[in-house]
Amino acid sequence: MKHMTEEELIAYREGVAEQRAAISEHLAGCEECREELQRIEAVLAALDTLPVPDLGADYGHQVWKKIAPRLPEKPGRWWQAWLEPRRLASAGAVMALIIAAFVAGRFTNRGGPVDNAATKEQVRERILVVAVGEHLGHSERMLVELSNAAPNGPKQKEINISAEQRRAEDLLQENRLYRQTALQDGDAGLASVLDDLERVLLDVAHSPDEVTPAQLEAIQKKIEARGILFKVRVVNKELQQRQDATTPAPPQNDSTKTERNKV
Amino acid sequence: MNRMPQNVDSTQAIAESDAIAVERTLAGDRDAYRVLVERHSQNVFRLAYRMTRNRHDAEEVVQEAFLRGYQKLGQFAARSNFGTWVYRIAANYAIDRMRQRQKEEARREAPKTDDRDGMENDPLSRVRDEAPTPERLTQSIELRKQMEHALAALSEAERTAFVMRHWEGCGIEEIAVVLKSSSNATKNTVFRAVQKLRQALQPFVETRAQARAMGTEL
Repeated sequence: MKHMTEEELIAYREGVAEQRAAISEHLAGCEECREELQRIEAVLAALDTLPVPDLGADYGHQVWKKIAPRLPEKPGRWWQAWLEPRRLASAGAVMALIIAAFVAGRFTNRGGPVDNAATKEQVRERILVVAVGEHLGHSERMLVELSNAAPNGPKQKEINISAEQRRAEDLLQENRLYRQTALQDGDAGLASVLDDLERVLLDVAHSPDEVTPAQLEAIQKKIEARGILFKVRVVNKELQQRQDATTPAPPQNDSTKTERNKV
Repeated sequence: MNRMPQNVDSTQAIAESDAIAVERTLAGDRDAYRVLVERHSQNVFRLAYRMTRNRHDAEEVVQEAFLRGYQKLGQFAARSNFGTWVYRIAANYAIDRMRQRQKEEARREAPKTDDRDGMENDPLSRVRDEAPTPERLTQSIELRKQMEHALAALSEAERTAFVMRHWEGCGIEEIAVVLKSSSNATKNTVFRAVQKLRQALQPFVETRAQARAMGTEL
């Protein structure tokens, strides 16, 4: 008889098992698994005896007395969230992109009789490709630095990764914007890689400022296991190729011919 | 799992009453927010205490959660449950507080003492320092100490997932939002937490069970 794994039994006990009925059925006929479950339950039951201080029935009133003088005159409105510095920075990045796309579109339209819509679309894509490419480059550099980080010696108990953590936080904001844009543009491949990257950036951003060598190794293993550096490099290369493809060829006028002839 | 012990009707009634209080607060009636604070403080404290294992930190988390809740009340979607929403804010702040505490402790580099905050109100922990202790009491104290250490050894995500799932009965989706993670990853985090707690505590739990069987335990 195939027994239940520890993971299945814990999931069953904590009410998150997917095949609950099947596990119940197995437990009914398997004493060994029942005993294993009882051992898990004994540990959890012991933990349930840990006390939580009783603060009395008027605790809520005490909390109100403490926070009431600190409350602003009116509660925050939904739009105030958009005035937070981080949101403003993200919104600024998007605005810069839109303005750049608009200006570039206007500039390229001054040429001859070209298809305006197609050209605008190409310019927009080119700007996005450049921006995402830069973002991936920055992410790659941060991840490489983190992957190569190591304690200075066996005596070093903690490694400071606060710089990488802050960069990950900033990159996270950008990444969300680019992932959403990629999804809107129907670029599922790029969106998927950005989604993977987002998880890694989240892990790094949520790490403590100073980590033990073991914690650092765990982060490095996560980066390695997800193969994110490889994916980022591949997509970045593809983006460069797309960038080359969307960049219009230089005008073939006499002066360029002359320049080439000089070489 | 002891969150929301009320029946379905009373839970719904509270949610509806909460929604009215939120509307009134947003309309400028600051006193309406008092109802929400007084109603949910105990639950938020329990969550915060179980996460931080420290009464002072937990009380700070409660106050901060309601302050942030007030500041962000405009973002609260009317169809949501205020209790769940403020819980999420508290869990996020508790994670920040745990990180801060970890850094402070690392900086201090002082050897950890046995009378942690989590045991400050525990009469058993006070007995330990007094003259000869019976074996059964020693075992209980030892188990309590080991449980505190085992919980402290979990990562922030593991402790959050375990507290929210096992003790507070939160749904996996709700925990995933706090951990900014996927449902599957959150389930794995719950599993890892229970597995680590089991590895750390099973020998002590079994010793106590054996002592109990032999009549030397409580």
